[in-house]
Amino acid sequence: MGKAAGIAEAFRHRRVAAIVRFGGLFGLALVMFALVLLVFGQNPLRAYVDIFRATLGSAYGFSEVLVKMIPLVLTALAVAIPSRIWLINVGGEGQLFIGALFATWGAVTFNGQSAWLLLPLIAVLGFTGGGLWALISGFMRARGWASETISTLLMNYVAILLVSFFVFGPWKDPESANYPQSAPFPDAAILPFFPGSRVHLGALLAIAGLLIFHFVMSRTRWGLEMRAIGVNAEAARRNGISTHRYMLLVMFIGGGMAGLAGMGEVSAIHGQLRPSLSPGLGYAGFLISWITMGNPLGIVAAAFLISIITAGGDILQMTHRIPAAAIHILMALVLFVVLARRSGRKGGK
Amino acid sequence: MNPTPFLSFRGITKSFPAVLANDHIDLDLYGGEIHALLGENGAGKSTLMKILYGFYQADAGEIRVNGQPADIRSPRDARSHRIGMVFQDFVLIPALTVAENIALFLNDLPFVLDRASICKRIEGISERYSLPVDPGAPVWQLSVGERQKVELLKLLLADTRILILDEPTRSLAPHEAAGLFRILGNLRQDGFAITIITHKIREVLECADRITVMRRGRIAGTLPRADATEGDLVALMFGKAVAESPRRQSASPARDSAPLFELRGVSTEPEGTGLGLKAINLTIGSGQIVGVAGVSGNGQRELGDVVLGMERCSQGTKYLDGVDATRWSVARMRGSGTAFIPEDPLGMAAFPWLSVQENMAMADTARYARQGGLSMDWTRVRSDLQASLQRLGFSIPPVYVPLGTLSGGNIQRMILAREMAHDPRLIIAFYPTRGLDVQSAVAAREVLLASRDAGAGILLISEDLDELFALSDRLVVMRRGEIAAEGTPQNLTVRQVGYLMTGSTGEEAKRG
Repeated sequence: MGKAAGIAEAFRHRRVAAIVRFGGLFGLALVMFALVLLVFGQNPLRAYVDIFRATLGSAYGFSEVLVKMIPLVLTALAVAIPSRIWLINVGGEGQLFIGALFATWGAVTFNGQSAWLLLPLIAVLGFTGGGLWALISGFMRARGWASETISTLLMNYVAILLVSFFVFGPWKDPESANYPQSAPFPDAAILPFFPGSRVHLGALLAIAGLLIFHFVMSRTRWGLEMRAIGVNAEAARRNGISTHRYMLLVMFIGGGMAGLAGMGEVSAIHGQLRPSLSPGLGYAGFLISWITMGNPLGIVAAAFLISIITAGGDILQMTHRIPAAAIHILMALVLFVVLARRSGRKGGK
Repeated sequence: MNPTPFLSFRGITKSFPAVLANDHIDLDLYGGEIHALLGENGAGKSTLMKILYGFYQADAGEIRVNGQPADIRSPRDARSHRIGMVFQDFVLIPALTVAENIALFLNDLPFVLDRASICKRIEGISERYSLPVDPGAPVWQLSVGERQKVELLKLLLADTRILILDEPTRSLAPHEAAGLFRILGNLRQDGFAITIITHKIREVLECADRITVMRRGRIAGTLPRADATEGDLVALMFGKAVAESPRRQSASPARDSAPLFELRGVSTEPEGTGLGLKAINLTIGSGQIVGVAGVSGNGQRELGDVVLGMERCSQGTKYLDGVDATRWSVARMRGSGTAFIPEDPLGMAAFPWLSVQENMAMADTARYARQGGLSMDWTRVRSDLQASLQRLGFSIPPVYVPLGTLSGGNIQRMILAREMAHDPRLIIAFYPTRGLDVQSAVAAREVLLASRDAGAGILLISEDLDELFALSDRLVVMRRGEIAAEGTPQNLTVRQVGYLMTGSTGEEAKRG
C-alpha cells in the first residue's frame, strides 16, 4: 500500500510540476507576443487587459468564449476518438461541412414541421453526414487501399466544394441578392439558446460527447478493446478483436462528432448554409486533440484557451486597429511552447 | 596459421531476464581465416557478436584484441579496434549515393567532401576484391546483393581487419551467395579475420575454414572444416542424446476417433517478405500433440495463423470438429475453445500498457462483459486468473500494474494462465518455450502434456528438436511453406529431421 501511496504522491508532484511548467511557458508566449505588439506601436499591457476584459471580464464575453468552444470540443472529439486506435483523422473540417450540408437539407426540406421533430432530425442528419463522410476514409483504410490521414485531408476540399456547389447552385436562396447561401433555417430548426446568450444546445451535445467518450474508454468492453488495439494491434487481432470493425466504427462516430459541430454552427450561429461556415474549426480541433493526447479534460482546457485567443484577435482589430490575423502569431507561439515541452520531455528521458 | 589470434573471447557471459544467452564463451578468431559461427536461432550467436560490437556489455569475461584486453562500450570503440559488422538489415541511406553512404561511415571525413578522391579509393578497393559497384549510383537502385557489397566496401575503406557478417546469405540468390563466398575467399588471402553467423550447414561447409557450433548459449564444439561432416554438425546443433530421452506416451490414443481439427489442401498468399503455405494437409486429433519442426521462416508462423484464423486460406478448407471453419474469424475460433500460446507475448498476444487483469480479460472480452458491454466483471476476471495461475502452480502477480512492468518469465506465465483458463480444446503453441529459463520451460511443457491428457489437441511449433521428440505424438517437418516429411517420433530420428529442416539433402542441392 505504501508503494501505491508513493506512486500517487509522485504523480501529484508531477502534475503540479507540469502545471507550473505549462504556466511558465504560456507566460513566455505572452511575453513574446507583447514584443510583437510593441513593434506595432501598441501598449501590450493595455491589449492584454482589453482581451481579458472582453472575454473573461463580463458575462457576455464569457458566454461568447463558450460559444466558440462548442465546435472546437466537438471537432477535437472527432480526432480524439479515432486516435485511440491510432487512426489519424485530419478531416474534421470536411466532416463538419458535410454535417452542416445534411442538416441544412433536413431543415429546408421539412420546413413547417415542429421543433420537436426538426431539431432531433437535423442533429441525426448532421451526425450521419459527418459520420458517413469519415466512414469513406475508414473503409478505404480497413481495406488497405489508402491511408486515412491522406484521404481525410483530401476529402476536406471535396466537402467544401460540395457545399459551394449547393449554395451557388440548386440551394441558392433566391431572395438573397446574389450571395451564395441557402435559404434561412425555419425558426423551428434553430437550436435553442441559453437565455441571454448565444450559447446553444450544442453545448449539451459537446458535454455529453466528452462524458460518453470518457465513460466508454475507461469502463466498457469496447473501450478496453480499443485501448488494446492502441497498445498492440497484432496482439488484439490474435485475441479475436476485429480491428477492421473498430476502424469503421471510430471513423463513423468521430466524423459524426464533427458533423454535429457543423450542424450547430449552421443552425445556431449562421442560420443558413454558407461556404464561410468554418474558419478552420476542424483543423483547430485536430490541434487540440493532439496537444492534449485526447484527454477529455485537456480538450476542454485547450478549447477554452484557443477560444480566448481567437476572441482576442477580434478585440485587437476593433480596439487597437491591428489585423485580427496578428493573433495567429500568439496562437503559433502558444502551440510552439506546448509542443516544445512535449518533445523536450521525450528527449530528457 | 597465425599464432596469436586477432581476437579472443574469454569467459564471456551474458544473461537477459529469463534466459542465459551466453554462458562462458571462449573463442579465438585468427587472421587469414573464415570462421563460421553455427547454431539455431536463439543459440546465442548474435548476442555474442553484439557484445563484440559494443551493443551489449557482457556480464562477465573479457575480449582481447591482438592479445591486449579491449574495453568495447560502443560500436565506435569496436571500429577503433578495426572490428566491422555487416548486419542482416543493412544500414544504408537509400536516397544517398554509394559514395556518400561510404563517406558517412569514414572517420577521417574532411569538412569539405572530396568526392573524387573518395570515389577513387572506392574503385581501388572494389577492383582489388572484385566488388564492382558504381560509386555514383543511389543506393535505392541497388539490389540486395549489391547493397551487401557496399556494406563490405564501407568496412574495407574504414580499414577494418575483423569482419563479421550476420546471416549474410539470408536474402541472396544462390549465385549471389557463391559470389560472396569468392569475395570472402580473396579477403582471407589478404589476412582478414572473417566470421559468418549462420544456421545453414551447407554454406558453412562450402566456405568456412573453422566451424564453431553454439547451442543454448554454450559452445557445443569447434571443428576444422576438414574434420566436419554434415552429420557431426547436425548432432552438435541439435544435441545427440535426444532419441534416447524418455518420452511420455499419449494417454488416450485417439487414432480411430474423428479428428478434432483438420486442414485439407490449404494454401495462403505470401505476405510481404514471408512465404505462403502450399497445399498443407494436417490433422490434429483429440488428446494428440502434433509437433511442427522447421527452421524459422519456413511457414510455421503462417501455419499457426491459419489455424487461429488470423490468415485467410486462398485455397483449401479447414475443419473444427468436422464443421467447415474455413472462414471463421479469430473471435469465433477462440470462442470455440482455441488457445494461442505465443513465442513472444509482448509482440503477439499481450498489451504492455494495460494492466494484468485487463490483459486477462482481453482473451475473451465477451465472456466478461456485463450489461451488453457497458461494464466489465473485474471480480470474475481476477478470480479466473487466480484460479488458473494456482492450477498451474504459478505465483500470483499484482493485477493492477501494467503487464509490461512484470519480468519476461512472469509475462509468459501470465499469458499461459490466461490461455489455459477455460480448458481449451485446441491449443496452438508457437515456440512456447523459446527464451524461457529451464524451470519455466519445464512448467510450460507440463501444461501442454496435462492438457493433452485431458483431451485437448495441440499444434506444437518449435525449433527445439529435443522438445518436439519428447512431447509429440506425431511430427511434421516444414520447409518453404510445405510439409517436407511426416512421421512419428518413433520412426524418425533427430538426424533425419535435422537434415530435412536445413534442406541439406542431395535433393535440395539440385534445386538450388
